[in-house]
Amino acid sequence: MKLTIAHLYPDMLNLYGDGGNIRCLQKRLEWRGIETEVRAFLSGDKIDFEGLDIVLLGGGSDREQRIVCKYLKKEAQSLKDYVERGGVLLAICGGYQLLGNYYRTDRTLIEGLGILDISTEWAPERLTGNIVLKTPLFKNPVVGFENHGGRTFIGNYSPFGKVVRGYGNNETSKGEGILYKNVLGTYLHGPLLPKNPEVCDFLLARALKRKYGKDIALQRLSDRLEHEANCHIARRTRPCAVRQKHLCLV
Amino acid sequence: MAGFQIKLAVICAKTVNLIIRKLFRRNGSVFPGYIARLIFPDILPHMAGMVRGGIIAVTGTNGKTTVNSLIYHILKFEGKTAVINGNGANMLNGVISAFVLAADNTGALSTDYACIEVDEFAAAQIFPLLRPDCVLLTNIFRDQMDRYGEMDSVCGKIRLALSMVPKTRLTINCDDFLSFTLARQWGGMTATYGINEKVFDLFSSPEATESTFCYFCGEKLEFTLSHYGQLGVYSCPSCGFRRPEPDDTASDVRLKDGRYLFKVDGISVISRADEPYNIYNTLAAYAALKSIGAPVHDFQKAVEAFEYGNRREEIFRINGARVRLCLAKNPVGLQQKISLMAGDNAPKDIVFQINDRAQDGRDVSWLWDVNFGYLKKSGAAAVFTTGTRRFDIALRMKYEDISSRPVRNLRKLLMHLSMNGTGNIYVIVNYSGLYVANRMLHKLQKKGNARKGQFKKK
Repeated sequence: MKLTIAHLYPDMLNLYGDGGNIRCLQKRLEWRGIETEVRAFLSGDKIDFEGLDIVLLGGGSDREQRIVCKYLKKEAQSLKDYVERGGVLLAICGGYQLLGNYYRTDRTLIEGLGILDISTEWAPERLTGNIVLKTPLFKNPVVGFENHGGRTFIGNYSPFGKVVRGYGNNETSKGEGILYKNVLGTYLHGPLLPKNPEVCDFLLARALKRKYGKDIALQRLSDRLEHEANCHIARRTRPCAVRQKHLCLV
Repeated sequence: MAGFQIKLAVICAKTVNLIIRKLFRRNGSVFPGYIARLIFPDILPHMAGMVRGGIIAVTGTNGKTTVNSLIYHILKFEGKTAVINGNGANMLNGVISAFVLAADNTGALSTDYACIEVDEFAAAQIFPLLRPDCVLLTNIFRDQMDRYGEMDSVCGKIRLALSMVPKTRLTINCDDFLSFTLARQWGGMTATYGINEKVFDLFSSPEATESTFCYFCGEKLEFTLSHYGQLGVYSCPSCGFRRPEPDDTASDVRLKDGRYLFKVDGISVISRADEPYNIYNTLAAYAALKSIGAPVHDFQKAVEAFEYGNRREEIFRINGARVRLCLAKNPVGLQQKISLMAGDNAPKDIVFQINDRAQDGRDVSWLWDVNFGYLKKSGAAAVFTTGTRRFDIALRMKYEDISSRPVRNLRKLLMHLSMNGTGNIYVIVNYSGLYVANRMLHKLQKKGNARKGQFKKK
C-alpha cells in the first residue's frame, strides 16, 4: 500500500509549523508499514491532482495568500474535481479561507478559489488563543491554536467541530472549520495533526478507502505522548476573556 | 518648571528602586521608569537630550541584547560613559528606568552615549521620544506570532517607527532581504553590513523559512549564497532588486579551537564566540558605532575581551559536569543551538525546557519549523524535556524518531544528570525560563563548590 501526500506551496504557505501536519501523516503511515511519498509543489509548478491521495494547503500572510491565489487560480478547476471525487484535502487557516468565494479585508477583496460556497470577512480584532473542539467523530477533544482576523461564514455546510473553548469560524456560530466530503478546512494550527492523532488517522483512513475502495483497518499506535499534549491544552484552556465580554454586551 | 519635574521624577524613581533593591536584592528594571513617567510624562525626550555623543537604538528579532551589550562594552573600553537598559527591559518603562537611574539626584545626566535595546513592538512608541541618532536593525525572523503577528505586520510596525524619526541613520544587515526591503521602503539614510563568504553550516537552516518573494514585484528571489533562515546573497530576476554590496563586512572567517577568528574592516579579531551568528552581532556593533562617529580605536581588544553570553547564557560546572545554558525562543534561534550541539562531537545529554507563558508566546507551533533531524547526528546520549510544554517538544522529537523523556523538575533532573550522565549537558530554554534557570544553575554551582571546599578543609 502506498499514499501520495502533496504539500502545496510550502515556500509561501508555511506559517505556524503547518508543515508538521505532513510530518505527522507521513510518520503515522511509516510506523504502520505503509509506503508514503511526499511531493512539494512550489509556486509556479504545474499540479496534477491525478495520483494524489492527500493534499495540504497551509496558511500564509494576507500578502502571500494573494500571490498564491494567482498561481492556484489556474489549478482551481482540477482541485475542484479532485475534491468532488472524494480527494482528501486538509486546508488550514489561510488555505481554508482560500477555498471560499472571497476574503474581504479592510483594504481589498481577495478572490478565493470558489471550491466551497463559503466566504470570509475581516474584522480588526484578531481571534487568538488556544482552542478546544468537540466532535462526535472523535473520542478526545480536538485542540489547537487559532490566530485569525478573518471570520468565515459556512452557510449550510457542517462545521468540523463544536467550539468548547476559543472562537472558531466566527464569534457567533460556535462552530469551527468545515467538513465537506473529504475536505477538512480549519483554523487550527498547533500544528493540528500531531496533538490530534485521531484526526490524522481519520484523514488517512479516508484516503486509503478512496484509493483501495474498501475500509482498511489502521493498526493501533501508542499515542501516550500525543494524548498528554492534547490533555494539557484541553485541561488548561479557559474560556476567552473577549468572548465573555461579548456575552455581557448581548 | 521642567527641571523641577525631572528632579522630582528622578528622586522618586530612585527611591522606588532603593526599596526594590532592599526587597529583591536587585535593581528594578521597569517600575522606576513607570513612576518617573507618572510624575513627568515627558521625561524621556528631556533625558535623551542630555546625552552628549549619540544614542543608538537596537531593535530586531534576534541578537538585540548581545549587540547592545557589545556596543556598551566597546564604548566603556574607549573610556566613554554610556547608559544601557540591561536585562532585556526593552519596553518604554524599561528605557526610562535606564535613563533616570543613571541620572544624579539633581536630575542631571552626564553621559557620552546611550545604547538602548528596543522591542520591535514598542519601537513606534519609543523612537519619537528617544530620537536615536542611529537605529540598528539586527534582523527580522518569525517570532511569537501570536503576539507579533505575521512577518508583514512586524515589518509594518518597524517601518512606522522609523517614519517617526526620518533623520536617524539606519544600520541594517543587508543579507536579510526583509530588512533591506524595509530600509528601501523607508527611504532614509542607511548603512549596511553583511557577510560575503560561507560561514554557516547546513545544520543552521530551519525547516520552514520566510517566503523569499520580492516585495516590489512578487517574483521569487534567487540566492547565490545562503547563510541561514532567509539570510544570504539574493537578487530578484524580474525587477532588479538585489542585495547591495555591504558597507561593512566580516571576512577571512575561521573557526580555531572553538573560537571564531575574523576580520572586520581590516581589523583582525580573535573573538570568544563559538557560534557563527555572533560574527553578525560583532559586525552590527561595529557598523552602528561607526555610523554615529563613536571611537573604535580599541575595537580588537574590546571584542576579544567580550563574553557573548552576557550573563544569560553561561557555562557552569556542577558536580564536575559541564552544563551549558542556552536561550532559544524562536525557530531560527533554536536551529542555531541545534547546529551548536551537532558541532560538538563529545557525547552529551540534552535538556529542552519549553514554556508557554505570556513572554514566550502561548503558541509553540514554531517547534515544528525547526529541523530536529540533525540532533540524531549530535551524539546525544539522552534527551529530556521539561517546562509547561514538555509534551509538545517531546512529541516534536518523536516525529523525528528521537526518543526523549518528559520530566517535571529541572533541578532534580540536573542534579541527577550531573552525577550520572555524560558530564556534558546542554540546557536549552525559552525566554521565561532563562533567568530562573540561570539563577538555579548558579546556586547549584555554588553549592557544589562549597562542598568541595569542605573536603579540602578535612
